[in-house]
Amino acid sequence: MRYAMAIDTRKCVGCSDCVIACQTENNVPLGFCRDWVVEVVDGTYPNVSIELRSERCNHCDNSPCVRCCPTGASHFEEGGIVLVEHNKCIGCGACIQACPYDARYSHPEGYVDKCTFCIHRVREGKDPACVSVCPTSCMYFGDLDDPNSKVVNMLKNRKFKSLAPEAGTKPQIFYLV
Amino acid sequence: MHTRRKFIKISSLGIGVTAFAGGMAKWAIGSTSPTNISTGSQSLAFGKKVATYCEVCFWKCAGWAYVTPNNQIQKIIGNADDPQCNGRLCPRGTGGVGMFSDPDRLKTPLMRVTKNGEQTYREASWDEALDFIAKKMKEIAEKHGPESMALFNHGSSGKHFTQLLNAFGSNNVTAPSFAQCRGPRDTGFELTFGESVSSPEVTDIRDTRCMVLIGSHIGENMHNGQVQEMSEAIDKGAVIITVDPRLSTAASKSKYWLPIKPSTDLALLLSWIHVLIYDDIYNKEYVVKYAEGFNELKEHVKDFTPEWAYGITTIKPEQIRQTAREMANAAPAVIIHPGRHTTWYGDDVQRSRAIAILNALLGSWGNRGGIFLKEGIKIPEFPHPAYPNPAWSWQDTLNGRYPLAKESITNTIIEASIPEEGKEHQIKGWIVSGTNLIVAIPLKEQLLKAMQSLELLVVVDTMPMEITGYADVVLPECTYLERYDDLRATAHREPTLCLRMPAVEPLYETKPAWWISKQIGERLGLGAYYNYTDFKEVIDWQLKQVGLTLAEMERIGTKKFARKTPVYIDPNSDYQFKTTSGKIHFYSKELEEAGFDPMPKYTAHDQPEDGFYRLIYGRAPMHTFSRTANNRNLVVLMPENSVWVNPQVAELWGLKKDQYVWLKNQDGIVSNFSVKVRVTERIRWDSVYIVHGFGHHHKPLTYAFGRGVNDTELISKISVDPIMGGTGMRGNFVTFVKDEPKKEAKS
Repeated sequence: MRYAMAIDTRKCVGCSDCVIACQTENNVPLGFCRDWVVEVVDGTYPNVSIELRSERCNHCDNSPCVRCCPTGASHFEEGGIVLVEHNKCIGCGACIQACPYDARYSHPEGYVDKCTFCIHRVREGKDPACVSVCPTSCMYFGDLDDPNSKVVNMLKNRKFKSLAPEAGTKPQIFYLV
Repeated sequence: MHTRRKFIKISSLGIGVTAFAGGMAKWAIGSTSPTNISTGSQSLAFGKKVATYCEVCFWKCAGWAYVTPNNQIQKIIGNADDPQCNGRLCPRGTGGVGMFSDPDRLKTPLMRVTKNGEQTYREASWDEALDFIAKKMKEIAEKHGPESMALFNHGSSGKHFTQLLNAFGSNNVTAPSFAQCRGPRDTGFELTFGESVSSPEVTDIRDTRCMVLIGSHIGENMHNGQVQEMSEAIDKGAVIITVDPRLSTAASKSKYWLPIKPSTDLALLLSWIHVLIYDDIYNKEYVVKYAEGFNELKEHVKDFTPEWAYGITTIKPEQIRQTAREMANAAPAVIIHPGRHTTWYGDDVQRSRAIAILNALLGSWGNRGGIFLKEGIKIPEFPHPAYPNPAWSWQDTLNGRYPLAKESITNTIIEASIPEEGKEHQIKGWIVSGTNLIVAIPLKEQLLKAMQSLELLVVVDTMPMEITGYADVVLPECTYLERYDDLRATAHREPTLCLRMPAVEPLYETKPAWWISKQIGERLGLGAYYNYTDFKEVIDWQLKQVGLTLAEMERIGTKKFARKTPVYIDPNSDYQFKTTSGKIHFYSKELEEAGFDPMPKYTAHDQPEDGFYRLIYGRAPMHTFSRTANNRNLVVLMPENSVWVNPQVAELWGLKKDQYVWLKNQDGIVSNFSVKVRVTERIRWDSVYIVHGFGHHHKPLTYAFGRGVNDTELISKISVDPIMGGTGMRGNFVTFVKDEPKKEAKS
């Protein structure tokens, strides 16, 4: 089992509903976020293009955050989901430095926090909150080992990219372009 | 004469500025989390889910409010059965929780008093406030007649106060949604097809093969169902053509972006009509069967060639021809989108007519992928005595102007509130519910003058918006998450009913609008119109009339009904349009008889002088007008607006990214606050763009105060549409002021 996400940049309108849905689902303190939206503008008027994409922890296969964690708080769960066990985290922030995606933040309560792929929902058979709320349905979540999953289907049929592949972290969020 | 109304800042009273309420506080700002969910070992404890429909915008998506065991609202999720949201709320709907938890909410009734020569508010009991309002309304009725009371409203609460005014004997009920927004579009489509495209719009976007957006920025205006369907259309490979001086989000998803010179849209539309007709690629069969006036139209557009339009619009002739062919290829599964906010240049009905005519030439109305035929569910009115017949109503405030206005015009009601010797139809009292007129209505001077002259000004709101500072009495309404309202009965693809019920008890001293209306009504001796103790009795009765119960609706939230009529025109039927002749009108005799052009013509509009740029305003997906600028869950996504400036213009002015500037308009009006510069290739060099709804100057909005710039204050010139009274607001030009301008202190 390998959980992954495919996000269709052609459909995303950058509304940031994913950010609020994550915030209310996971009680993320206001002013912090586990996911965010990036707008990249390219070209010169009137030949301009925009790419909009929702970003979050890439739940990398080769995770520098897990490797560098001195207490084992950062660890892998089923399906390759990278989690931080708050009780074990000492808030040293090494993982924040190690992450090439800037996906982690220091929670005001003293531990490091990040996207969990909404593992509490996934275990109930539901999609992560961001995926389930998106008005454009531009996000697909699923198991890469399941040939019938939507995410596999999308990756088979569309061009895609991942962010900062040169970092060698083997990210598991794929952007359909 | 009533004492002059001084603007009062509610915060100066030492009320309304207290921190978060009770247990909500710490939790909302996240200093304690109820469970340690990141370990994945527990899931969040939600108590129950309660049926609601959203009130952050007018789309009113149905959803579920999840309530924690200690009676706080943790999250709001869309109702999967509601075709307007399909279980997916937009960011504002998801962030609706911030409306409930806003620490700046109005908490108790306030009454204007003079203390040591200074006007101020004091807290009042509901009885005291309501007694005062009833007494004043009675006085107004005795002196001037009940017609002298007017209601300005927007949103669900408006219905309850409409009931009050109708029972009292006035029809002077108005909303900015007509003359400041969709009025020209509705009038233009009514004149052509005999009916408007309604709200939510009956555009069949999900099945379209080609959609044309004229300045409409779906995806930034987050009208949920339309955004969802546009996404579906993109998936299915639909061609999108966007006409906009700005690379909107929708434009960036389009096969064709036509970066038009602002104010010239009508020339482009006429040249498209020309191409369809003279290249013989319009939908002949449809036109012959359903339309009349084709020969007149053909003659009329003879000279409106793409070459003619090029010189006006800056859109190349071959691009005009190519996009026209895309439309024709897709027809009838094509939508020339009617837009929504269409009060631009004062000839907006005619522009909307041109859009309607294009749709008709392509045969989109009544066809799959075009414009479908709506069907709703009729909810009977709760029994009440007949309303009295007012001696006069809003039509009489028009004085012969705007002959084709089918809805009341805010501006003529405002005008009628300014006293004048011998004025026959004089408004003396206002109730304002759910609309912040100060930010919604252009021509502030006129508005202020009207408000100074009133004998009674009651404002009902959940938040201390600018308009509350002018009230005699401020009534704190509870949010949509704390009240019953009318059933949402929607006419669309599927007739749908949705329930809104309180998820939690109202916080503070706030009350629902139905209760406020009933209390005032009873004090006026109008109790017979309110024959219930709780509004849920009304809903229960109504539901029983359509074979449902309140208990069932509480369980399902949304109920869809089977259609009885076809969703598209049956080609074998003798379909009659709702016009006078049953046919689509290319040539409008109604317009001709009222003294207007029977077919749309292009007129040139003013262009900015050197150093000035056209002020274009629009929406951001995470905000609704000015009402969300203080919502803590939404402002984290967009705390303030910025002014979009083309890099060449920025270079000319030496403007740097994120620099703050003031904007000054053609009449010398300088923005109250400064605004951040966004240097971007996404905007033309002759225009600037800002998102509407920021630049609040009312300190009780502790977050929103002073953030960004308010476009409405820079709109001092309006071009009124003579056909229906719409206030065209896109003819204002601004320049940059880099150093803080000297000006008198603002209240």
